[in-house]
Amino acid sequence: MTEENLAPVTMLSTPIRLDYDFTAGLAQSKTLAGYAQGKFIGQRCPKCKQVYVPSGGSCPTDGVAMDEVVELPNTGTVTTYCIVNVPFAGQSIELPYICGQILLDGANISFMGLLQEIPTDEVRMGLRVEAVWVPEDELGPNLSSVKYFRPTGEPDADYETFKEYL
Amino acid sequence: MADVVEVFRSPHVLEYPYVRSTGPIVGGYLSGLRDGKILGATGAAGRVIVPPTEYDPDTAEELSELVEVGPGGVVTTWAWVSDPREDAPLSEPFAWALVQPDGADTGILTPVAASGPDAMASGMRVTASFLPSAERQGRVQDLRCFVPEEAS
Amino acid sequence: MSAPKPVVGNRPVAICSFAQSPSLRRVDQANEVEMLMPVIAEVFAKANMTKDDMGFICSGSTDYLIGGPFSFVMALDAVGVWPPKSESHVEMDAAWALYEAWVQLQEGVIDTALVYGFGKSSLGDLSRVLAMQLDPYTMGPLWPDQVSLAALQARALLDRGLSTEQEFAEIAARSRHDALKNPNAQVRNEIPVAELLEEAYAVSPLRRHTLPPLSDAAAAVILVAGDRAYDVVDRPAWITGIDHRVETHAFGARDLAVSTSTAMAAKIAGVGNGPVDIAELHGPFAPQEVIVRQAIGLDDSVTINPSGGPLAANPMMAAGLIRMGEAASRIWDGSATRAVAHATSGPLLQQNLVCVLEGES
Repeated sequence: MTEENLAPVTMLSTPIRLDYDFTAGLAQSKTLAGYAQGKFIGQRCPKCKQVYVPSGGSCPTDGVAMDEVVELPNTGTVTTYCIVNVPFAGQSIELPYICGQILLDGANISFMGLLQEIPTDEVRMGLRVEAVWVPEDELGPNLSSVKYFRPTGEPDADYETFKEYL
Repeated sequence: MADVVEVFRSPHVLEYPYVRSTGPIVGGYLSGLRDGKILGATGAAGRVIVPPTEYDPDTAEELSELVEVGPGGVVTTWAWVSDPREDAPLSEPFAWALVQPDGADTGILTPVAASGPDAMASGMRVTASFLPSAERQGRVQDLRCFVPEEAS
Repeated sequence: MSAPKPVVGNRPVAICSFAQSPSLRRVDQANEVEMLMPVIAEVFAKANMTKDDMGFICSGSTDYLIGGPFSFVMALDAVGVWPPKSESHVEMDAAWALYEAWVQLQEGVIDTALVYGFGKSSLGDLSRVLAMQLDPYTMGPLWPDQVSLAALQARALLDRGLSTEQEFAEIAARSRHDALKNPNAQVRNEIPVAELLEEAYAVSPLRRHTLPPLSDAAAAVILVAGDRAYDVVDRPAWITGIDHRVETHAFGARDLAVSTSTAMAAKIAGVGNGPVDIAELHGPFAPQEVIVRQAIGLDDSVTINPSGGPLAANPMMAAGLIRMGEAASRIWDGSATRAVAHATSGPLLQQNLVCVLEGES
């Protein structure tokens, strides 16, 4: 086959790679340092008094620094959840599993967390949960320090207490 | 110093394996490079644009006719890289240049392999140096560089 | 008092407040939001306004600098956009965000707008980041670095006899000298031209001093339309002309020694309709200042970049907006009556914006 007989080029592979030296900034670093100690660190807005965990540094409502550090407890409420049955690339958790939105007690924003130690057909909105941390010598400044959340056994939270956070 | 917070830093990599549709004009150019030829597009008033574009940059007229240009050409401007970056197309010191192939009216961004800045000048004659045909894949790197004409 | 009649647009709009963070090689103690927050607070404080007074918010930034998606959405936290605000974003220098806001103000529905831009060059390799804006088929895969590309433009200028390496060094020396008076500038020193010319080439024909610094910073301005501008500042910097033009992305098809788009924008913005006291030009590399100055048609009587310009501080996505803020500052303080601000975006002066600012005499 001569070169001229090759098929015309219609596709081109153009891989890109960009390397970064990411900085977490001040507020996020406080939260990350908390993870390394097995603690949830949130920040409170001086204006609207809302507590965000984690905080990006600024109150999204008021645009001012959330500079008051607040240590939050290990316990919270599942505001909503989903059950994951679909495998995807890079998955490390056994299917099916529960992905919940956790509203820590005293916080005004929920975040996503893995729920374990409960059958998938027993999870519900309002479920009271607590964080299970990795062993102390494995704690680090990242969310991997939180192994998962599990039920506390307390009665469910009243819908009225978390309906604003759905 | 109780308020001093350690600010965390972390390496972060953004990587995408983009695969792009070339369309017939850019695809024609890349097919040409794979076949060891440089193709340009004939634009308004017979102006030949290389690398070819789907449109005339001045009039926006749609272009479809590809013509062969080069392999010889003229350096229209150049920059001497004495300390090539790791991602540079040539690992030895080289010149980045715009080369206007014979028969074309615009310049190709390309490395020029020359012995040193003293061997470079705007207006100098150069010629295309392709990868060996077995290594060519239909991408811009198939045209490895230009070299001074006397050295070809 | 009344605003000068604009030559572009029907409604007088003025730059009434400006704030910027100091340009630094690396801002480590703050993420983008934290870098921006004090700047937004300052631009509001200077205007005695709040976010709730703003009719529109527009920003300029690019996700490739941070390496994450939708960074402009996170940046809005620095303003606080609850209750929901009318907002937009451009993936260009924030000077183009200012243009979008100016267009909105022309409609006559709103009277005020906040414009900001931010960028950190320190997080990644800026040459790799900027290679992402090149043609992805014929240029991107070669990963040409921004200094080499600017050097091609510099050589084109030198070959044409339109400038000299001596002039490049004079521009750098002047910029760094003037930056001594600008606490927000990054490269501030007093080095004689002869000494600068002894530097080795970074990429020939560009020596290190002809390169802009790598900067982390943010900037913001407030635009106010009509007589409300006088409530904010005694001598508003009225935008009497503004225009932006783009040239082909294929820079091998352009004459790199000139800037046709700048010349056209300057003409439409009415630069030549009166004398110019000062100009803030956004030619990040020293030779680009020569090209832009020639394209706008500024003679030697015009003071160029009294702030030190982009050779003294060059935060990506904000440096063009800073030119507009710096030029406006000269109107407010009375040191200029008619000023020109220029911004560029894209590879090798692909897109150019020219703005004429006037104060009442």
